[in-house]
Amino acid sequence: MTDASLHNRPVVCPACMGVPEPAGQRVPRDDAPLRRFDLSLPAIHCAACISGVERTLEATPGVAAARVNLSLKRVAVTASDTPGAEARLISALTSRGFDALPLDSAALEATRTDATGRDLLARIGVAAFASMNVMLLSVAVWAGADASTRDLLHWISAVIALPAVMFSAWPFFRSAALALLAGRMDMDLPISTAILMAAGVSLWETMLSGPHAFFEAAIMLTFFLLVGRYLAHLTRAAARSAAAELAALEVRMASRMKLDGAIETVPVDALRPGDVLIVAAGSRIPADGTVVDGCSEIDASMLTGETMPAAVAAGALVRAGMMNISGPLHIRADTLGEDTLLKQISRLIENAEHSRTRYATLADRAARLYGPMVYVLALLALGYWGLSTGDWRLAVNVAAAVLIITCPCGLGLAVPAVLTAASGRLYRAGVLLKDGTALEKLAEIDAVVFDKTGTLTTGHPVLMNAAHIPPEALSAARALAQGSAHPLSRAIVAASEGMTPAVVTGIVEHPGLGTTGRFGTVTVRLGRAEWVGAGSTLDSTSTWLRIGEADPVAFIFEDELREDAATTVRTFIDAGLPVTLLSGDSEGPVRKLADRLKIIDWIARATPQEKVAHLEGLRRQGLRVLMVGDGLNDAAALTAAHVSISPASAVDASRSAADLIVTGPLLSPVAESWQIAVEARRRIIQNIVFAFGYNIITVPVAFAGLVTPLFAALAMSGSSLAVCFNALRLGRKR
Amino acid sequence: MNALVVLIPVSLLLGGIGLAAFLWLLRKNQYEDPQGHATRILSDRYDEEPAKDPKSGQPPHGA
Repeated sequence: MTDASLHNRPVVCPACMGVPEPAGQRVPRDDAPLRRFDLSLPAIHCAACISGVERTLEATPGVAAARVNLSLKRVAVTASDTPGAEARLISALTSRGFDALPLDSAALEATRTDATGRDLLARIGVAAFASMNVMLLSVAVWAGADASTRDLLHWISAVIALPAVMFSAWPFFRSAALALLAGRMDMDLPISTAILMAAGVSLWETMLSGPHAFFEAAIMLTFFLLVGRYLAHLTRAAARSAAAELAALEVRMASRMKLDGAIETVPVDALRPGDVLIVAAGSRIPADGTVVDGCSEIDASMLTGETMPAAVAAGALVRAGMMNISGPLHIRADTLGEDTLLKQISRLIENAEHSRTRYATLADRAARLYGPMVYVLALLALGYWGLSTGDWRLAVNVAAAVLIITCPCGLGLAVPAVLTAASGRLYRAGVLLKDGTALEKLAEIDAVVFDKTGTLTTGHPVLMNAAHIPPEALSAARALAQGSAHPLSRAIVAASEGMTPAVVTGIVEHPGLGTTGRFGTVTVRLGRAEWVGAGSTLDSTSTWLRIGEADPVAFIFEDELREDAATTVRTFIDAGLPVTLLSGDSEGPVRKLADRLKIIDWIARATPQEKVAHLEGLRRQGLRVLMVGDGLNDAAALTAAHVSISPASAVDASRSAADLIVTGPLLSPVAESWQIAVEARRRIIQNIVFAFGYNIITVPVAFAGLVTPLFAALAMSGSSLAVCFNALRLGRKR
Repeated sequence: MNALVVLIPVSLLLGGIGLAAFLWLLRKNQYEDPQGHATRILSDRYDEEPAKDPKSGQPPHGA
C-alpha cells in the first residue's frame, strides 16, 4: 500500500501540488470512495498465512489496507468501492491458495463491536482488582489483627468492596429485578440476594466492630459468577456470529433483462412474474419459470437428490435452486405465488418449527430446582437461630453464611466452562455451533438419518470405467473436455490426469448436447447418447465419445463418495444407533450406496414431505433423531429432527435450519462432534453433581454457624476451580 | 500500624495502575484478536513501527 506517487514526487511548492498526477500513478483512494469488505478465510492458521493474505491483498489494485483477524478467521479489507471489487479480492486470494468467501458487512456490523463482552470484561477487571486487594486485607485480619487494626482493615475493605460490588454485580441485579417484575424465578435472584446480603451484613458488622466481615466473599462471588457469565456470552456470541456469517455467505441476486435489452442485477425478492432472467452456465436458477431461449443441462440434485443431469430446451419448466450446467439460459419467471417449490418447502419448515418444543437445558432444569432451595435454607437458618437464641444479629450472620455457601457458584460456572471448552474443540474440528443448546441435544440422540447426494457423497461425479476405455479414446476425450466447465468434463480431465491430450482442433461446445472437434481427418464428438448416435442409454450417469464413424465409447460416472463417509457411518452403527439413508434419488444409486456403507434401512425417491413424515414417525416412536443433510429437499426434515447437521456446501435454507455446520470437505466432524457432545454432557452432569455434593457437605457447616469468612473463601474458590479444571480436561484432550 | 498507613495506599495505587491499564487496553481493542497478536510476533512486518492507515496516517484500530 506504499503510496508511490507521494514518495516519488518531491514537494516543491504549494502550486505544484495542484498539478495532476502522471497517468498510471493514480492512487486508488482518489478513484472511488473507500469501503470496508469482510472476507471469511476458513483455512488460515499461522503467522505465514496472516502476512501472505495481507501482502496479497495490499498488492491488489484499489486496496488501501487489509487486516487479518486470526481468532475469527476473517480479513477486513479497505478498498475502493468499484463494481466487482469483492470478486477481484477473492480471486486474488484464491489464486495464491487462500480460500476466501464473501461476508455481508451489514449483517456483521451487529456482531462486530462486541459491546456486551467488553462491558463484562471491564466489570471482571474491576471485580478482580477489588477482590485481590480485599483478600490482601482479609489475610491480615485472619492472621490475627484485632481491635482498632481489625476495624481499620474492615473499613478499608468496605470502601473498596462496596462500590466494586455495586458496579461489577450490576448485570445480576438488573436481570434479577427484571425477573422479579415478570414474576419469574431465575438464577440471578439468589445470586443477587447472596451478594447484597454478604455486603450488607459485613457493613453492619463493621459498624458494630464485629469480628467477622464477608467483604471478600461478596466480591469474590461476583468475580467467579462474572467469569461464568462471560464464558456463556462468548459461546453465545460465537454461535450468533456463525449464524450471521452463514446468512452472509449466499447473496440472493438475479440478472434480469430490461425491456431495452440491458441487463440489471436485482435481489431475488424484487422479481415479478413475467420477468426474463438470464442464468449463466454454472449458476443457480433464481426463480421457478419456463425456459424461453437457450439449451442446457440442469442439475436438480439440491432439490431432489437426483444425480443425473437432465437436458432442457425452450419450453421446459425449471425450479429455483436447480443448477444450470452447460449453456446460458433465458428464463421467464412464472407465478411467484404459493405453488412454487420454495414456498412449499418454507411452509413445511414453518410447520416443523411449530411442532418443535422449547428445549430446557440441563442448567435450566438444575436452576429451577435449586433456586427456591437456597431461600428455604437461608430462612430456616434465620428462624432457627433467631428463635432459639434470641440473638438476631447472630441469626442474620448465619443466614448470610448459608446464602453465600449455597450461592450457585458451581452451577454458574460449571455449564458455561464446559460449553466454552467443547465449542472450542468443535471449532478446531471445523464445526460451527449455531445454537448453544445443540450440543446437549446432540448428546441425547438415539437414531441417525443421512441424506445421500451432497452429504454422504460430494455431489461431484467421478469417472468409474477409466480402466476399460481405450487410451486413444480417453486422450481424445481429455482434449475435448479440457476447455469445458461441465462437471462430467471436469471428471474426465481429473481421471486422465497426466495423460497427453490428443491433438484436436476446432473444438466447439454445443450447450445441452456436447462438444465436437476435428481429430486428424475425422470428426470427434463427446456428449449425450442420442446426440452422438449411441444405440443404448445406460441406467447410470454417462456420456459417450465417438471418433468418426467408429463405435461409440461409454464413459460411466458415479457420484463420488466422501472419503470418510464409511468410517463416519460405521462410528454410529458401532455405537448401536440405527442409521437410515433417506434420499430423493432413484432406487439404483441409493441401494448401491447403502450396500457399500452397510446401511440396512434405506428409502429412495423421498419427497420433502415424505422426509418430514419419516422423521415425525421416528419421533412418535420416542426416538431423538440426528438428521444430516444439505439439499433444499432436506431443509424441512432438518427442522423436524431433534438436532441437525449440514455441510457448509448446503443451500442456505438447510444451513439456516441446521443446528451445527461442518466446514471443509470431510464428513468425519459429524461423528467427532457427536463424541464431543457426549463427553461435554458427561462433564456438565459431573459438574452439577459436584456442585450439589459440595453443598451437601458445606450447608450443614454453615447451618451450624461454623462458617468463618476464611472457610467461605476457601470453599468458594475450591469448588469454582474444581469445576473449571474438570471442564478444561475436555478442551485439552485430542 | 504506621507501616500499614503507607503500604495500603501503595498497594492500592499499584493495583489501580494495573486496572487502569486493563481498562485502557480494553478500550483500544487489544483483546479483539488474541490468536493473531500471538502469531504476528513471528512475522517480519511492522518491526520498525506500527503500520499506518493510509487514509489518516494513524495506526489502524481494530480489524
